[in-house]
Amino acid sequence: MATLTPGFHGHRRTRGDRLPPGQFLTEDFPVLSAGPTPEVPLDQWEFTLTTEDGGRHRWTWEQFLALPQQEVTTDLHCVTRWSKFDTRWRGVSLDTLLEGVTTHARYALAESYGGYTTNLPLADLRDGKAWIAHTYDGEPLAAEHGGPARLLVPHLYFWKSAKWITGLTLGRTDRRGFWEQFGYHDYGDPWREQRTWND
Amino acid sequence: MRDGNALAGPLSDLFLPDPTTAWRLCPGCGTDAALAALHVYDQGPAAVARCPRCSEIAFRVARHPGQLWFDFGGGGALRFPTT
Amino acid sequence: MSDWSRAELRARTPESATARTLHLTVDGWPGHLPGQHVDVRLTADDGYRAVRSYSLSAPADGDRIEISVQPAPHGEVSPYLAEDFPVGAGIEVKGPLGGWFVWKPGRPGPVLLVAGGSGIAPLAAMLRARLDLGDDGPPFHLAYSLRDPGQRWFGALLDGVAKAEDPAVTAACLYTRTAPPGHPRPVGRITAADLDLPGFAPADGALAFVCGPTAFVEKAAGLLVHLGHRPDRVRTERFG
Repeated sequence: MATLTPGFHGHRRTRGDRLPPGQFLTEDFPVLSAGPTPEVPLDQWEFTLTTEDGGRHRWTWEQFLALPQQEVTTDLHCVTRWSKFDTRWRGVSLDTLLEGVTTHARYALAESYGGYTTNLPLADLRDGKAWIAHTYDGEPLAAEHGGPARLLVPHLYFWKSAKWITGLTLGRTDRRGFWEQFGYHDYGDPWREQRTWND
Repeated sequence: MRDGNALAGPLSDLFLPDPTTAWRLCPGCGTDAALAALHVYDQGPAAVARCPRCSEIAFRVARHPGQLWFDFGGGGALRFPTT
Repeated sequence: MSDWSRAELRARTPESATARTLHLTVDGWPGHLPGQHVDVRLTADDGYRAVRSYSLSAPADGDRIEISVQPAPHGEVSPYLAEDFPVGAGIEVKGPLGGWFVWKPGRPGPVLLVAGGSGIAPLAAMLRARLDLGDDGPPFHLAYSLRDPGQRWFGALLDGVAKAEDPAVTAACLYTRTAPPGHPRPVGRITAADLDLPGFAPADGALAFVCGPTAFVEKAAGLLVHLGHRPDRVRTERFG
């Protein structure tokens, strides 16, 4: 039997219109990472979108910045239970990157400098729900937070918003990513508290 | 970041001899290091132990509700001292 | 040793304005070696659990153990343990843990302890275990890097070492920002000179234990290796 620790609550976990179950609100921007921070010079940075047929669409940093840019203000929810409201980002919508890309894929695997991967249904990257972000709170995205650029998919737990993104591979089948192979939920909806395989 | 000393607790559920005193020869770069000397990234969802020199993943450990997960990652033989 | 045991808080004593040492008793505690740690588990009334590791800051003493806690700003566990955890209440511990960062009191050969900030905790256990050996123990030196005199943990222990004037057991405080008046060492970060000590050279068979924040450990361990210490004789424990 568990021993209750009197007066211990942990971070106050509350529930409200904006805070998903089991989360607490933070003003900080915690840095969570599974490895050393990669250093990616901008003149070597590239982003590659690969379709299920092996077709490749590639952008250099300059080409990427020349694409239409969007401003996004959104809430973040991390599986380690912190949430942060009203974060301000600038980046390129996945709708823009997927324009003119012919695909019948249903899934996407995001790939990062440093080897990290995460998987998502392609539908969750469309219709104004996902961006490749390079600016946070008016400043170039810091390397510790995923700069030069990270995926931003705020309606899912934040591990899906891959830091240091360099590619997206589309596929007809779902391939599990770095945490999804290791017991974390395939989809990761914070509102349904989909943290692990059992949720 | 911490180091492999911090893994003695979770790994004691898996190994009978204390595994943090075992040695691991990194198959990637050849570095020979005690598990206690691995670099451990445990601020995220789980603990990721990496070679202190080349950063290749040695293994991962996660405590999920009701389950302890262990992933051998990049492999590499572990050597336990015996008497 | 994978079971959780109940520990009861007996007393809480200050190490600085904010840091506290928790004196606990653990049912069936098997004893431990200096340098080992425990995992501590806290359970909220809604079932939420948090686990943290803390070094044992005193040598084995029956069923009594000590851990020393620096409350982190906005921390989830450390402010609770340092300020709110009531004396007489219970908590769960698992241990002793770790067989690498330990000093076995029977081991011959000089020992160099290098602490950065709250990394002093496991090294204080080693130093106390050494003092318990009296004249029979090997040479020990503690190099303790800290910001200012207000952050000096284990003051009574360090004062005792200074007062004994035993050449075999010495300690030096390396203040990085503010030193007390008349302190012999200039204020500043740890340097090779702080670790290049007669009797604690690689040729003397010295074993070094370095504990502190990651950047400090990298720096100090690098200095020791540069002085010729074999990397496997420089044992490190890093946090944060």
